Formats: sequence, C-alpha cells, structure tokens
Amino acid sequence: MTRLTIAELQTIRDKNRATFTLRKGECKARVTVHMGTCGIAAGARSVMTSLMNEIALSGREDIIVKTSGCGGLCAREPITVIELPDQPPVIYGDLNEEKIKEIFREHVIRGNPAGEYALALGSETIF
Amino acid sequence: METAVRTHAMLCGGTGCMASGTMKVKAAMEDEFKKKGIQDEAKVVLSGCNGFCAKGPVMAVYPDETFYQDITPADVPGLVEEHFLKGRPYQKLTFKEHEKKVAIPSIHDIPFFKHQVLVVLKNKGLIDPERIEDYIMMDGYKALSKALTLMKSEEIVKVVSDSGLRGRGGAGFPTGKKWELGLKIRADKKFVVCNGDEGDPGAFMDRSVMEADPHAVIEGMIICGVATESHKGYIYVRAEYPLAVKRLQIAIDQCYEAGLLGKNILSTGFDFDLEIYQGAGAFVCGEATALMRSVEGKRGMPRPKLWRSAVKGLWDKPTVLNNVETLANIPQIVLNGAGWYRSLGTEKSAGTKVFALTGAINNVGLVEVPMDTSLRKIIFDIGGGMINKRRKFKAVQLGGPSGGCIPEAYLDIPVTYEEIQKSGAIVGSGGMVVMDTSTCMVSTAKFFLDFTADESCGKCAPCRIGTKLMHDLLIDICEGRGREGDIEILEEMSDTIITASLCGLGQSAPNPVLSTIRHFRHEYESHIKDKWCTAGVCRDLCTFYIEEKICKGCGACMRACPSKAIEGEKKKPHKILQDACLHCRTCVDTCKFDAIKILPLSARTAGEADLQFLAGMMTEATAGIEKAEV
Repeated sequence: MTRLTIAELQTIRDKNRATFTLRKGECKARVTVHMGTCGIAAGARSVMTSLMNEIALSGREDIIVKTSGCGGLCAREPITVIELPDQPPVIYGDLNEEKIKEIFREHVIRGNPAGEYALALGSETIF
Repeated sequence: METAVRTHAMLCGGTGCMASGTMKVKAAMEDEFKKKGIQDEAKVVLSGCNGFCAKGPVMAVYPDETFYQDITPADVPGLVEEHFLKGRPYQKLTFKEHEKKVAIPSIHDIPFFKHQVLVVLKNKGLIDPERIEDYIMMDGYKALSKALTLMKSEEIVKVVSDSGLRGRGGAGFPTGKKWELGLKIRADKKFVVCNGDEGDPGAFMDRSVMEADPHAVIEGMIICGVATESHKGYIYVRAEYPLAVKRLQIAIDQCYEAGLLGKNILSTGFDFDLEIYQGAGAFVCGEATALMRSVEGKRGMPRPKLWRSAVKGLWDKPTVLNNVETLANIPQIVLNGAGWYRSLGTEKSAGTKVFALTGAINNVGLVEVPMDTSLRKIIFDIGGGMINKRRKFKAVQLGGPSGGCIPEAYLDIPVTYEEIQKSGAIVGSGGMVVMDTSTCMVSTAKFFLDFTADESCGKCAPCRIGTKLMHDLLIDICEGRGREGDIEILEEMSDTIITASLCGLGQSAPNPVLSTIRHFRHEYESHIKDKWCTAGVCRDLCTFYIEEKICKGCGACMRACPSKAIEGEKKKPHKILQDACLHCRTCVDTCKFDAIKILPLSARTAGEADLQFLAGMMTEATAGIEKAEV
C-alpha cells in the first residue's frame, strides 16, 4: 500500500462499498435467486453464476444477492425475485443465463420491471 | 475484473472461539464452498471476538444476518448446502432460547445481542481485524483526518472533556482532564501510553478490543498524540495475549506502510511513532507508574504519587496513559461530538462500558451497554440468567481484586461509577463474575486475597505483609480455626492497608474482604462460631447428609460419588458414610430432589435422630426464605 492522503482514505471507503453494503445490509436493490432442489434442477445454479458475472461487469456495489428455498411454483423454476426500494417485489420465472442478464440490465440498472418475463407482482399473503 | 461476492460468513476469530476450533471450521467451509462451486461468490472472513464466547465457534452470515453457534467441521456440509446454497437457515445450529427451545436465526432477535449498545465494539464481527481496508471502510481514520485538519489541539481536548469520558481501566479519572494537563505541560518530549495490561482474573475486555479492532486503539492513540502534542506512543500488552500482540503488530505495520504512522501522517506534517512493549504478566504492571518503570526496562514497581504522570512519567517526561477501551472510544467521540456521547449513560458516567460477563450464567461473553443499564438487565436479560436452574443468584463480583461482591438487593442499581461504589464494589476494568448459591463468600474473599498477596510487588509493607496476613487469617477461618474477633481483626487490617499502601492496587486489595463482610457477615460468623460453611465449599466445615423424607432412592448420588461413600437400596433412602466422605459436593450437585443437606461440622458425630431433625429444619428454613423473597 502506498502512503495515503485524506482523499485516498475516502477512495478506499468507496472501493469497499460492496463489502460495506453486504455487511451493513443497506442496499439499493435486492435480488433473491430461488435455489431449492427444484430450482437447482431447472438451472438456478447457472442463473446465479450469470447474475454474479453481470453484477461484477456493471461495477455496481449496492446490490445484495440472496438465495432462498423453493417458492412453491416448481414448474416455473428457475425463479428470481427483484426488489427495489419503495416498489413491490417482482417475481420472474422460467429463467436462463441470457434472460437474467436482460432482466438485470432492464430492472436493476434502469429501474424498469421487465414485464415480458415477469410472473407476478408483490409478495404472497402471509397470515 | 474481480468477481462479485454475494455473502460473507463472518467466523469469529477471537481467542475463545479459536480455542474451540475456529480454524478447522474455516478450512472445512472453504473446502465445502469449492465442492459446491460457490467459492467465488461466498467468502469466509475471520472476524474479531463476536462476544458470544460461550457458544463458540460462532458465525454471523451477511447479508442475511443469520447467527450460528457451536459449529463443528462435521456440521459444515449440511450448513453450506442449506444456508449458502439454498438460502434456508440451518436450524440445527441457530440460537435457541434456553427455556423455549425456539430457534432464532437473526442476530438482532437474540437477547444477548438485542440489549447491547455498541460504541467501542461497533466493528466487532463486521470487519476482518487484519485488513486495514475493512477498518477504513467502517469510517476508520475519519476522526483522525478531522483532528489533523479541522481541529486545534485545544478543541480535541475540549471535545473529550465535554464528552464526560472517564478512564475505563478502573479508577474512572476524567480523560479530558488528563489530556488537558498533558497538553499544557511544555517539554522537549512527551509520550502517549496505552495500558493493555489486563490483569484482573475473569476480565478479557481489552484483549477482545485489541484483537477485534486494533486500528480503533491505534487511531485513538494518534489522536491523543495530536491533542497533547506528543509524537511517540507505546502500547503495553502482556505477552500472554499472543493474538492481540500479533494483530496489533499487523495493524501498526499497515499504518506505517499507509502513512498513518511515522513521519508526515496523511501528508499533514504531523509525526507519530508507535511501538508495542510486551509485559511479562505481573499484575502490578497494570498500575500506571509501575507500567512506566517496566517500559523503561526496570522492575515494575509503583512510585509515590507526588506528581501526576502527565507532568513526569515515562523517563520523567510528561506522559498521558489511557486504558485500551478509553482510547477505542476516542475516534467515535471526535467524529460524532461530545453531545452524541453524552446522550448515552448518565450525567456523571457518560457513554457505554464493556463488561466481560462470566461465571454461573448461561451467556458467558463480552457485552457493551450504556452506563445507566441495571445489573439485573445485564445478568438476566443479556446473560440469560443462572445456568443451573436449581440454584439462585447469590452475588456478582465487579472490579476484580480491587472490587467487591454485590448481593441481590442491589441488582437494580445502574452500572455507574457512583452507584457501584456505593454498593461496596467498583466498576473497575469491567470483569463481572456472577456467583450462585453454591459459592462460599469467605472462600471467594480468600481467593482474591491469595491473588493479591501473590501478586504484591513487595515494595511497601502494608500490602506485602498485610495481604499475606489477611490471607492466612481467611485460610484459618475456612479450615475451622477461626476465632471470635477475627472479623474485627480483618476489618482493622483492611483499614491499615487502605490507608498506608503506596499504590492503588494495595489501597484496594482489602475490598473483596470488606464487601463480603458488609453483605455476607453472617457467612463469616457461621464459619467462625458454628464451624459451618452453608454452601458446602469449605471441606472442613460441613457435613453432607441425606434427608430420608425427600430421598427417592434413585441412586444418582451413589453412582456419582468418587469415594463410594453412599450406600442404599433402590427406591429406599440412601445414606452417606461419614468416615468415607471426601466432602467434594458431587452428590449435592447430582441430586435432583435437593435431598442432600449441608450441615455443620458437628453433625459428623451427631446421632441419627438429631441429624434428621436438623435436616428437616433446614428444608423448612429454605422454604421460609424462598417465601420471604417472593
């Protein structure tokens, strides 16, 4: 490490924004990939890898990616849910490596839900 | 291009968890990540002490904020498959509330964490202590930047004074006052010293801070350097803390490389050098003046306090000495202001205090609470209450060998310097040992006097001879040679030692005896007059006896007895053979029905009828006490 100045301290903070986001849980977008047995069998693993590559490419460091179990709609796996602040979650189904890239760019980066792949809006009723 | 990481498993790398097998779990997890092909998107990070030492190795997974405890390498495949791949909490290892047995996965719902307020420990478990980038990421060295560019020395001293921060090493001296004097004195050389010589039995706060967040201590020291116009610092750590020494050294090296230590810090023109001085572990070296002699390479012994160290300390130069926790508070105070710090705690005891919570409670570990928190909340809400449900809370020991024991009646007082002092103990450095009804208070006092007599440096007679004589007298009392008037002799000797000892450690050495006499005088009396240790700890002062009416004849005590001193048939009352009994208490701890009574020494030769009568009276008496307490 070279000798730092006060400005460079801030650069380090900005550079580590992704780690900070992850540990503090403060994010601009949350993407949940369903990774139950059904999801993995339908190809959720490669959807996840593709998504992670896409995030790295975008350079965005304020996105949290989580996994979850089976969502109950096994027929439409791989399924992914995208949540942006102040917007209802959008559920996407029948995904593959290509579709997730497109959805990521359209929904997470530009902020427009990718209607053509969306299965539903909002979360299920929890009693 | 670096790959994006979606989850961090913050595995605790504190000394406690390390001893429980953290490194094996880490290796197993990294292996398993590879097997599942998620090694690029999931990372294992070794953090500093998480605080929940009783359940180690522990781990917090982010961003899910799921908490796992008691992890073994054998659990790892299941854990990785369930949590890291499928995103479901792995129920087997999540925290469970002691009575309800309900699984609580989130770290914020666990009572141990929920009731804490973190200032000093704010980065615990969130950063890798060996990476300076992690510390900088959490606003590290922001306070130093502010102090160097936007504040004058006087302004820094004023913020620290206004914050009401008091020395966290034990005495509670206002930190601002110390700094003010350090700044005012003119000299060609001044020193900043950090006291990391944590010597109280049962205390591990400073060790954890140095291990979990070494940069916070270093930043506090550099700021102290700026405030008092000093350019050289020493961190005094005992060699028994190898992990703390290692992580501090890594942090210091990183700072030199990054230009945060050495010449021209952050290109502002300020110079500050820092080095570690390892102590050999003598208790007396925790005393400020003895510590300075030790750094000078001499035998660690206190000097008379004719002048303050801030006037003439290390090598007779002005020296500002602060405790680890005090210094770790400084960056936060400089960054957020005195008012922010004052909003925590009380008027005279501002801010938070870290306690090392140990003893007969469920959640042993490291806790940080505002100073207006009650002892009851710390012991029962955060600590989770007594670990043995059949026993009751008896006392809590605060302040180590300089402190005292606080009984149940005082549990609702806040942990402020003033209130704790009124109860006969001191806040001290933060060791908090909880004792239940199986503890003998005379033996507890004896333990601490044994410690101070052993650790006395020998320079002044009141401490060197006095503590030894007090210890001898306590041994006599515990072994049945106590005589009428011994309590008064103990009190008189205490008075002399407090008045005439040279240093703070000697002056406070009799406190464990005085506080137990004050709150548990009846125990001393029963040891001396009745030859009866009611807790059954002093072997020469008790008789174990099975009350026939209560005994179910289950045979548990018979199987547990190491000397085969218990006989009896199944489902019929058992009997202890007094000649063979070792008085080890094993049967008392084993019996589920409280049938085994602890009677006075004289009962060993008493007739059967007398014993039954005595035991029956004791059962009634305990029932009476319980009723009165309700």
